[in-house]
Amino acid sequence: MEYEAVIGMEVHVEINTKSKVFCACSTHFSAPANTNVCPICLGMPGVLPVLNREMVNKSVAAGLALNCTISRWSKLDRKNYFYPDMAKNYQISQYDLPLCSNGHLDIEVDGQPKSIGITRAHMEEDTARNTHTLGGGQSGVDFNRSGVPLLEIVTEPDLRSAQDAYAYLTALKQILQYLDVSDCNMEEGSLRAEANISVRPKGASVFGTKTEVKNVASFSGVMKAIEYEIKRQVELIESGGAVEQETRGWDPDRGITFTQRKKESAHDYRYFPEPDLVPVVVDAAWEQRIRESLPELPLPRKHRFMEQYGLSDYDANVLTGTQAMADYFEAAVQADADAKKTANWIMGDLQALLTEAKADISACNVTPACLAEMIRMINDNTISGKIAKEVLAEMFVSGKSPKQIVEEKGLVQITDASAIEGIVRQVLADNPQQVEQFKAGKDRVVGFLVGQVMKASRGKANPEKVNEILRNELAK
Amino acid sequence: MGKISTKDVEYVAGLAQLALDDAAKERLAREMDEILSYMDKLNELDTANVEPMMHAMEMTNVFREDVVGESLPREIALRDAPQHDGEYFIVPKILDTEGSA
Repeated sequence: MEYEAVIGMEVHVEINTKSKVFCACSTHFSAPANTNVCPICLGMPGVLPVLNREMVNKSVAAGLALNCTISRWSKLDRKNYFYPDMAKNYQISQYDLPLCSNGHLDIEVDGQPKSIGITRAHMEEDTARNTHTLGGGQSGVDFNRSGVPLLEIVTEPDLRSAQDAYAYLTALKQILQYLDVSDCNMEEGSLRAEANISVRPKGASVFGTKTEVKNVASFSGVMKAIEYEIKRQVELIESGGAVEQETRGWDPDRGITFTQRKKESAHDYRYFPEPDLVPVVVDAAWEQRIRESLPELPLPRKHRFMEQYGLSDYDANVLTGTQAMADYFEAAVQADADAKKTANWIMGDLQALLTEAKADISACNVTPACLAEMIRMINDNTISGKIAKEVLAEMFVSGKSPKQIVEEKGLVQITDASAIEGIVRQVLADNPQQVEQFKAGKDRVVGFLVGQVMKASRGKANPEKVNEILRNELAK
Repeated sequence: MGKISTKDVEYVAGLAQLALDDAAKERLAREMDEILSYMDKLNELDTANVEPMMHAMEMTNVFREDVVGESLPREIALRDAPQHDGEYFIVPKILDTEGSA
């Protein structure tokens, strides 16, 4: 029988406010343990949490970008459970009136558009972090993360494959980074993804029993875990067994999922309205202000790049990968550089330099204006493409303008015919054997001779002129 | 027989990590039953045209600005903990790897 997978995702992202969601402690990630703490985020009795306004702003921005309805009235609730990562024995979250609901995110999987329903996105607080490194049957708890703002984004069961899930996560991360609402750094735990997975005979209308896969540390891990889980469930059903509803972990070393918690011990959270925090009212004017401040989002921007600049799907995709990259590209084009050439230089040589230096394009020494100037210098034959590579590398290090570098290093392209003729004659005189071969009909040696001329001119001769003059000289 | 059995009390007590003796269970079953009966009484009122009250206070949108303030010195934060190592709060080893958030 043929099966299809039904997958929904729950993603927790840490919102990148400076201070925590209910107190003024810093959200800084790498501070020494238990130094960004106060009575509120330590969960002391009798303290009064106050909601960070920026958390609401950023959450609404995320909700709008995910095409959600923003609740006029929203409130916070207590989710009650006992766990050492939560000193006050409840987490402040949102239950029946989430800030954002009923949205969708448009993604592309193998070039095909697909719309993924967003059930809700709600505000909550992160918990403390446990370390399991201590000996003697003990764990340590660090409360720096306690109270860091979290947005939990839940999809409808609209995903059908590991590829869908990967495309969804990638698009979500890109949007949240464009909006500057989260760093989405999985290694630092600022984005955490869980997948609810079930399988059913293809075309069936009821869902199979689902399992939830948690604690996966990378997007590719999520993909592998989903692939494994689909295969496991199908094999289980095919062999006459039944899928048990449970939470499963992912072991990246063995490439398998494993039982973490059975349904029997599922929690009853006894949500109730948080009495310490008053309702949040986002009126139409506030929503509109945030809507107007939204940047152009990655997918529309990609399509605009294809249309406006004639870029390929692939190029437009790479260039809109991050907002910084897309902004850089557009700034260079606006500084009067050819769009296609600019795209090639950014994605090729500049990206190689950035990768090698482990640097981000937003902190690049080469300004978009300088890159544009360099590309114009190639176009008007001031420098050759080969020399430009050298110039770019120098710009990358020193931040000097291409004009200054070309002047200082004497890299101006030789286009003067008589100067090139001189070099060509010298090369021909030095390579009589190749000249003989050419005259015997071996046209391929021209390439070698051009190379020799370029070498003799230290790369500065205009290659087209060299070709032309060389052929003229050989024909004599 | 009321709405709340001692089994319900045991369930709720379990969620709250409370150990109750039989007398307490029976007393709580009775008290919780009275509370629910009162709720039934309230349910007799016609509230079709009454806005739901979301909070005891008629206040909305109380915010703080996103500004970092002072945190506690670590030795003060850890001072009253039953156990700490100068950096971390120390708790019995956590076996279940399930965090909630």
